[in-house]
Amino acid sequence: MSTSTLEKHSKALDAAEDGASHSITITLRVRRFNPEVSEDASWQDFQLEMDPKERVLDALHKVKWEQDGTLTFRRSCAHGICGSDAMRINGKNRLACKTLLKDINPEKPITVEAIKGLTVLKDLVVDMEPFFQAYRDVMPFLITTGNQPTRERLQTAEDRERFDDTTKCILCAACTSSCPVFWNDGQYFGPAAIVNAHRFIFDSRDEGGEQRLEILNDKDGVWRCRTTFNCTDACPRGIEVTKAIQEVKRALITRRF
Amino acid sequence: MNDSVSLYDVDNPAPVIEPPRKRTKKTPKSTRTNFEMYGWLFMRLSGIVLVVLVLGHLLLQLVLDGGVSKIGFAFVAGRWASPFWQVWDLVMLWLAMLHGANGLRTVINDYAQRDNTRFWLKMLLYTATVFTVLLGTLVIFTFDPNIR
Repeated sequence: MSTSTLEKHSKALDAAEDGASHSITITLRVRRFNPEVSEDASWQDFQLEMDPKERVLDALHKVKWEQDGTLTFRRSCAHGICGSDAMRINGKNRLACKTLLKDINPEKPITVEAIKGLTVLKDLVVDMEPFFQAYRDVMPFLITTGNQPTRERLQTAEDRERFDDTTKCILCAACTSSCPVFWNDGQYFGPAAIVNAHRFIFDSRDEGGEQRLEILNDKDGVWRCRTTFNCTDACPRGIEVTKAIQEVKRALITRRF
Repeated sequence: MNDSVSLYDVDNPAPVIEPPRKRTKKTPKSTRTNFEMYGWLFMRLSGIVLVVLVLGHLLLQLVLDGGVSKIGFAFVAGRWASPFWQVWDLVMLWLAMLHGANGLRTVINDYAQRDNTRFWLKMLLYTATVFTVLLGTLVIFTFDPNIR
């Protein structure tokens, strides 16, 4: 039944799959910060009875609903589409709603902290404004000239395929907040803004590509990318973020020469 | 009772840690130059040339024809009698220095925390680079084998 992922399975999971009783005891280690109590953040452990096939978000819900109602985190759809609950789980940026407990070794304490590089407001909630500012700066909307057509703006399947990967972005900030250049100073546009610029630069219907390339040609644009691939590893949608950034670099070079 | 508990409350919350160099109205506007692109391209192109120049240099100086023990004033004087080696060393000097300086410039940009630190580290870097490049160029072109 579970031969393909046998390596990853813990004893607890095998037992869970065999029998009817599923629960195991996990420790959720959450980085707590409340400016109304203390200026220091600290770790707090929660013991929970969870099914290993449940998600980290379910564990957070269980804490908030049954143990400590002051635990603060964002989530909206809870199914990996809205991009609200990106957080650093066991040191890696992921969506809490897409991370199963069995996949992150529930036998050890599971650490959960806010994403890095943005101001922590409370517990797992960060100020996303610098992130969205960079997003707005690249003008993530269709720019055209001339009269509006009376029908849809048509495009071939190949033209659509060109930017398909970067349409998947849900703006969760997992990539940008995993980027060491962004950590150092929030001035770098960050992977997410470049991905969303890429989505329009390579859209055959759009005519604002040159403006966006000009914006990303600046000193805090694509040239600050060090290709560490943290963003590609972090992306919960599997977007090849670093590749998209490199494609923007290539477009800049080929259009300038 | 703990000090930190009494220090902060709902009306008087602790200051949150702002991200470094937050984008404000004072943040410089876009420069609209291709400098960063040229810098990025230069690193790649000079890197390719430097692989040939530096490995060739090391091979000739340290491995072939007697190894490192052959190097002396006479050896250098003999090499620089030929314009080919003068150009080789000159190109290697300039490319290596600019390549290294540009690399350090990006490292300083990435790691310096304060604007002042960043500025003075870069000034130090540029001064050292210009000095080394000019001194090296001067030596290559004014080298006198009959000195002393």
